[in-house]
Amino acid sequence: MNVADMVLPKIKNLPPSGIRKYFDLLSEMKDAISLGVGEPDFVTPWRVREEGIFSLEKGHTHYSPNAGYIALREEISNYLNRKYNFNYNPSDQVLVTVGASEGIDLALRALVGEGDEVIFPEPSFVAYMGCIKVSGAKPVVINLNEREQFKLTAEQLSNALTERTKVVILPFPNNPTGAVLEEKDLREIVNVLKDKDVIIISDEIYSELTYGQKHVSIASFKEVADKTIVINGFSKAFAMTGWRLGYACGHPAIIDAMKKIHQYAIMCAPTTAQYAAIEALKSCDEEVSNMVKEYNRRRRVLVDALNKMGLDCFEPKGAFYVFPSIKKTGLSSDEFCERLLKEYKVLMVPGEAFGACGAGYVRATYANSMENILEALERIKKFINTL
Amino acid sequence: MEELLNVLEKNSRLNEEQLAVMLDKSTDEIKSQIRELENSNTILGYRTLINWEKTSKESVTALIEVRITPQRDLGFDKVAERIYRFPQVKACYLMSGGFDLTVVVEGKTMKEVALFVSEKLAPIDGVLSTATHFILKKFKESGVVFEKKEDDDREALVL
Repeated sequence: MNVADMVLPKIKNLPPSGIRKYFDLLSEMKDAISLGVGEPDFVTPWRVREEGIFSLEKGHTHYSPNAGYIALREEISNYLNRKYNFNYNPSDQVLVTVGASEGIDLALRALVGEGDEVIFPEPSFVAYMGCIKVSGAKPVVINLNEREQFKLTAEQLSNALTERTKVVILPFPNNPTGAVLEEKDLREIVNVLKDKDVIIISDEIYSELTYGQKHVSIASFKEVADKTIVINGFSKAFAMTGWRLGYACGHPAIIDAMKKIHQYAIMCAPTTAQYAAIEALKSCDEEVSNMVKEYNRRRRVLVDALNKMGLDCFEPKGAFYVFPSIKKTGLSSDEFCERLLKEYKVLMVPGEAFGACGAGYVRATYANSMENILEALERIKKFINTL
Repeated sequence: MEELLNVLEKNSRLNEEQLAVMLDKSTDEIKSQIRELENSNTILGYRTLINWEKTSKESVTALIEVRITPQRDLGFDKVAERIYRFPQVKACYLMSGGFDLTVVVEGKTMKEVALFVSEKLAPIDGVLSTATHFILKKFKESGVVFEKKEDDDREALVL
């Protein structure tokens, strides 16, 4: 038996990460500055960590209910009500997951399979393509462009819909572009989808990180509220990536279906993280607001400096990434990033890593200290001047 | 204004151009705001936070609880002034609770501080009693932890 042949073709054919060589280059470097990290540089607020420690001291080391502790689901429901006016019933409309990523995977596995189509925009987070392929459904990519500020337009969506479309993924605020959808953009999308038998997976993991405007969720539109699954989590807002905790909210029938898969595959999200998360939701508004303010200052510094050195940079309104065009340099994104890393020890990620239409762009995160960002900008400037 | 102060309080070495970009203001606006804050004594100075224990400088700090008799019309202010005018006094606060002033005194040696208390501070008119507590180790000051910063242990590349 050839063991490798036992792996399902659809898994075998999942493309390997196109950025592996950067890991190799990095491992040989000492003082590189990485603007390639998709997670907060802040450490989880101490009061949240302390609550996790306390739960361990008290011996809360067992399984929780499959859907998560009801106390946490209630807090999630309150929080979403306070922030976005949602009214999810904690008993059957909220599911606590292992990171928002699990929520995306559960939703897709519960909803789509062979013969179904899933529409999602690119550039975007790499997991959508992977999860759709694992589910057996067909990925249908909409290429976003800078001209439209990397927004998904109603027209693009309308053109991509077919009779087989079952799910549309809306990843805004967006990784890697930092684009957001405003109320009027969403209104048009709602008009396209309201009479269609299509479920919307709205990945709102960056919802707390918006600048100059508040996040608007498509689930706040009554016409599509029932057909929208809101995916969110603690990683980005509360700097809790390593705790692996997220949640999904939506129609009881869908949440119940997702819960079944979750129950068999995962059992429940980590107990310690759940106790910590309750504290995060209850009392970290100020910590979150301070982090957002700091991100915002770094965002302005990056956008301003990149534009000044001739790398056209669209103004991102959310998440913690900038996505400048490097077309003027005459290099491909990959060449640009490889040379920048090798010659000036700054890591950015080629736009293609987030979909083919990311070519000509690079992603840089401002989830790094101001000090590092300023130093990285000096190095990038020197690099640009040599081109 | 408050955000400008928050940013400067953390890092006063940022220049006006950098502050302008960070706070989405013009450089001139930042300049005039800073001037205004300086003139109104809101910004009192620009200093560097130093961990002197890393140097060879001999230094001890004591926190002294002082009980005083308030004076008619002047309250505690006059006695406090007599105390805080000494350059050895690094900080002086009026307190609620079991004593009246907290006085932070710095000196080269414990003996020097003790002498300062017995010869200068305790004999001041209106000072009823003092209790001197020497600081043995500083863990955190002005919001900054003295130990080495925690390393960034994130994976260098995360999509």
